[in-house]
Amino acid sequence: MLHYDFEWSVLWRYPYGGMFIQGIWTTVHLSLFSWMIAILLGLTVCLCRMTPLRAARFLGGAYVELFRNIPLLVQLFFWYFAAPSLLPRELELWLYGNVKDLGYLVAVIALGTYTAARVSEAIRSGLLAVPRGQYRAAHSTGLSGGQTYRHVVLPYALRISWPLLTTEFLTCFKNSALAMTIGVLETTGTAAYVDSFTFHGLETTTAASCVYLATSGAVILTMSRIEKRMRIPGLIRRGYN
Amino acid sequence: MDWNVIARNLGFMAGGLVLTFQLAALAIGGGLLLGILLGLCRVSSVSWIYYPSTAYVHFFRSQPLILVIFWFYFLVPILVGRPLGAFPSTVVAFICFEAAYFAEIVRGGLQSVSRGQTMAAYACGLRYSQVQLHVVIPQALRNMVPALTTQAVVIFQDTSLAYVIGLREFLRRVNLVDTREVRSVELYCFAGLVYLVLCSMGSILARRLEQRRGAAPA
Repeated sequence: MLHYDFEWSVLWRYPYGGMFIQGIWTTVHLSLFSWMIAILLGLTVCLCRMTPLRAARFLGGAYVELFRNIPLLVQLFFWYFAAPSLLPRELELWLYGNVKDLGYLVAVIALGTYTAARVSEAIRSGLLAVPRGQYRAAHSTGLSGGQTYRHVVLPYALRISWPLLTTEFLTCFKNSALAMTIGVLETTGTAAYVDSFTFHGLETTTAASCVYLATSGAVILTMSRIEKRMRIPGLIRRGYN
Repeated sequence: MDWNVIARNLGFMAGGLVLTFQLAALAIGGGLLLGILLGLCRVSSVSWIYYPSTAYVHFFRSQPLILVIFWFYFLVPILVGRPLGAFPSTVVAFICFEAAYFAEIVRGGLQSVSRGQTMAAYACGLRYSQVQLHVVIPQALRNMVPALTTQAVVIFQDTSLAYVIGLREFLRRVNLVDTREVRSVELYCFAGLVYLVLCSMGSILARRLEQRRGAAPA
């Protein structure tokens, strides 16, 4: 054992305490904004994959394969270092000159588009689990294709894929830690940042891990409560064992 | 655009890819071993085995890998008593982290083996260890192969996170080349392509295995 002086006060001492609060708050809104993009984009991609149009199906499939088979960190670096230089020169200069928090913006976009591919797969598995009879029944009551999806199939599928979506949200939440690599001071980033001043990385990372643990626990509790309420009667429950 | 930048630095970047593969292999091997142990603990009916292993799995699954890597980077030197390099502490972090995910796959696999098999094995007079080793685990492993392959692909992608503590694996080296040559578009497209090709091969393999399993009589 190496001798190590624990000094937990780095967690609340001025100015570090404020940094941590700020970092946790950044993690929260970073993952929520990305999640909104992920849901909207993921739903679009998923519906593209389900249409009879071959081109749309191909694009949707390509999107999922592309974004799932490249590590998020590479995507993050691509959006941050490479993508701006692909823009027209004026736009690039404007971006660097006027957008104050470019790292944050890039993190939201990268995390959102990455999670969208996974969300799309989660929703698709829910859609595929909808029995064919539901489509036929909807058609025979005179609903059009769009109405069938909007009123019958999607509500049903979303309720089936709810547990998967909870997992994906938590993954998105955890992945937001990667934003630290492009200079966004979220929870993990703050832990590393405070370490660089105080050399008490063990305390700061332990505190950060408690934050993730508590948040994941809270999300799982809330979601399983909602899941119970939205459960489709007569369908087999997810096994808890 | 100057795609020659890739040819110029190919040797350097390939060296990083070797390190990436080493890290992935150690993480998959070690994680799988620890994961099988944890998975067995997770289906145990003995409460002092079940609860600690469940807590372990839930704890690591709630953590971002990047934070775990940091944490072990700070913790391992204190436990060992002397500073270790980035590589050993990353390997330990990966094994501990991925074991939690493997454990859940293993648990699913173990539960997919029908109870009749276990009962029959006990009826033949086998001991617990023999039942697990000769009857349950071989069947469970076969059921788990597609999920394990998918997880291996995920781990391969995850190795890029070792970047944060300065381990010079593939992505770190691409990044180093970029700081010298300032050719972000070419270099990150190249990095993305390398990962895409390697991971797609893994994903396709997983899908094949899944289909073959589906086709085989249960």
